[in-house]
Amino acid sequence: MSTSTTPGSRTEPSTGAGDAKAARPLKALTIAMFKGFVRDRMTLFWAIAFPLMFLVLFGGIFTSQGEVDPAEVVVVGDVSVIDDAPAEAQKTIEKSVDITRSDDLDAALEKVRDGDADAVVTEEGGEVTVHYSAADPVAGAQIQGVVQAIVQQANTAVYQQSTGEPPTFMFASSQVEDDSLEQIQYVTPSLLGWAVAMSATFGAAANLVMWRKSGLLRRLRLAPVRTSSVVLARVGVSLVIALVQAVIFVGLGVGAFGLQLSGWWPLMVPLLLAGTLAFLSIGMLAGAVSKTEEGAIGLANFIVLPMAFLSGSFFPLDGAPTWLRAVSNCLPLKHLNQGMLDVMVREQGPSAIVLPIVILLGFAAVFATVSARLFRWEA
Amino acid sequence: MGVQIEVDHLTMRYGAVTAVDDISFTVEPGEFFGLLGPNGAGKTTTLETVEGLRSPTSGRVSVDGRDPAKREPDLQRRIGVQLQSSAFFERLTAVEQLQTFGAIYGVPTSRLDDLLEQVGLTEKATAQVEDLSGGQKQRLSIACALVHDPDVVFLDEPTAALDPQARRNLWDVLRGINDSGRTVVLTTHYMEEAEELCDRVAIVDHGRLLEIDTPGALIRQLDAATRIGLATEALTLEDARRLPGADSVTLGGSGLVIETREPATLLAELGRREALEGLSVSKGTLEDVFLDLTGREYRA
Ligand SMILES: Nc1ncnc2c1ncn2[C@@H]1O[C@H](COP(=O)(O)OP(=O)(O)OP(=O)(O)O)[C@@H](O)[C@H]1O
Ligand SMILES: [Mg+2]
Repeated sequence: MSTSTTPGSRTEPSTGAGDAKAARPLKALTIAMFKGFVRDRMTLFWAIAFPLMFLVLFGGIFTSQGEVDPAEVVVVGDVSVIDDAPAEAQKTIEKSVDITRSDDLDAALEKVRDGDADAVVTEEGGEVTVHYSAADPVAGAQIQGVVQAIVQQANTAVYQQSTGEPPTFMFASSQVEDDSLEQIQYVTPSLLGWAVAMSATFGAAANLVMWRKSGLLRRLRLAPVRTSSVVLARVGVSLVIALVQAVIFVGLGVGAFGLQLSGWWPLMVPLLLAGTLAFLSIGMLAGAVSKTEEGAIGLANFIVLPMAFLSGSFFPLDGAPTWLRAVSNCLPLKHLNQGMLDVMVREQGPSAIVLPIVILLGFAAVFATVSARLFRWEA
Repeated sequence: MGVQIEVDHLTMRYGAVTAVDDISFTVEPGEFFGLLGPNGAGKTTTLETVEGLRSPTSGRVSVDGRDPAKREPDLQRRIGVQLQSSAFFERLTAVEQLQTFGAIYGVPTSRLDDLLEQVGLTEKATAQVEDLSGGQKQRLSIACALVHDPDVVFLDEPTAALDPQARRNLWDVLRGINDSGRTVVLTTHYMEEAEELCDRVAIVDHGRLLEIDTPGALIRQLDAATRIGLATEALTLEDARRLPGADSVTLGGSGLVIETREPATLLAELGRREALEGLSVSKGTLEDVFLDLTGREYRA
């Protein structure tokens, strides 16, 4: 044993360094908490990978809706409406159908029956026939539509040539998605809101219960740290996690799914910070009243998951009944999502985040007060 | 540097259970003090009240003249604690635990290697706490109690899970701390350990203080019979019973045990008969005192 520590080598309590002293335990606790978080694969999964899965899922659904896979069509023999179509029409055709040529009608029909091709197109004496399978009515209908349009176009051209007059009726179509929000524009801000809410709530709830159950809170009670340092450490960790989530979400949204940010997007940072505080304090409450980690996580789930649906995190509530929208307005996540949408994709400025931030901080204050009341050091 | 501890008519009740019943004692600065007692005697309750973790139902405790329950940081910085069940930051390594506790107590973390060596965990410095064995955790917990070089150390069954090597090495560590003038208070179920380390011990049972004195004085007071051990081959049971001064003779796994109050006569007789194979002689131990005071029944 080498207790070579002479009384002189002891650290003298330095005067006037009160703040520096308080900062050290806070920093140490924050680092310890953060390492504990990063080293736990499960919490990492729930905080980062799980919400990302949703983004990829929704982003993926959007892409496959926007650009439908071209249908496989076998053209048997000469089909003049397709072969003689003007160059412009050819392009449109190529976009929506994949054409292969064949002379063997029976083999081509067999292909359709087996599902290897979606339809066979033949022409005999000016009559264009689409052979499709009832097994895939969607593809069948799609090809019928395409071929019908081609035939119509050819008819119009013939009519125009013979009469020299434009046709009486014309058909035009236009997508509505430029007017409202495209799917990815909607889901990135609102899923990010949900992700931040979830990890802040779960993190605080699980952390509090874990430290209480392991006796660490008790041990810390004997150490010269303030209760506020323990709480602030958790706040620090959760804020960092929220920012990391934001970077990953926005990065993936812009990089992979064509998310277009409005000029005011940096305003999402203060919004996210306020949202983190609100959901931290909700998590603290869940942690304060739960005896086990499982209980705390269950309670957090019970709060956050329904709230996510009611706040439009997964799909917009525009079509929801009035009473549902009224309920939604009482939820902090609704206001977080609203603010996020406004500044990230709706070109709204600083005034759009004032009300959400006030509401979120209000929730934070109320829940923090209640959980401070219910806080227990020991199991 | 040493710190005085006063416990004054301390009583602690949990509903119908009186965990500590009117206990008073003083630990002098620089003293090595042991709290002994069967399971549920109230050792942990007493210790944790002195540490400031529990507030007494009645009575008063003071550490260096101050109330530990007030959690004054400058008093806390002078106290080191190892609780009966160790608690760590999840998924931090051994050395990170010490760094964190060190930072919390506001001390430079330069002597961590030393500290890990003292508790024999140098090899496990970078192992996460979840991967340590029970005894290794216990040792780390003791290191965490010592990281800020406290003036008084409270240890609740520090050697409970330790192997004989670790136990003896830890004794050296604790003796070293005490030799440098620091106060040490520990609880233990190992009477040999208390006898070896403690200047004074208090024996408690059912929340009451039964005896408080130096181990030597307690053993002398007991005035126990001398126990003479012999190999089975040395003597037949019949012959042993007829030895002069033999009060009782038992045959156990390690041989014959003869209890006597006239050891001189009896040993002389054994010498005359040249029946000294496997001889061992022992006078009462602290364990005898303990059993004499607290009886042999199980505690709840
Ligand atoms: N928080 C508590 N609530 C209720 N009863 C308690 C509490 N803490 C201790 N007790 C009771 O007080 C008595 C003394 O407990 P304590 O932990 O002080 O015993 P101990 O001497 O440390 O025992 P051991 O040797 O087993 O550690 C026991 O009967 C225990 O059940
Ligand atoms: Mg105990």
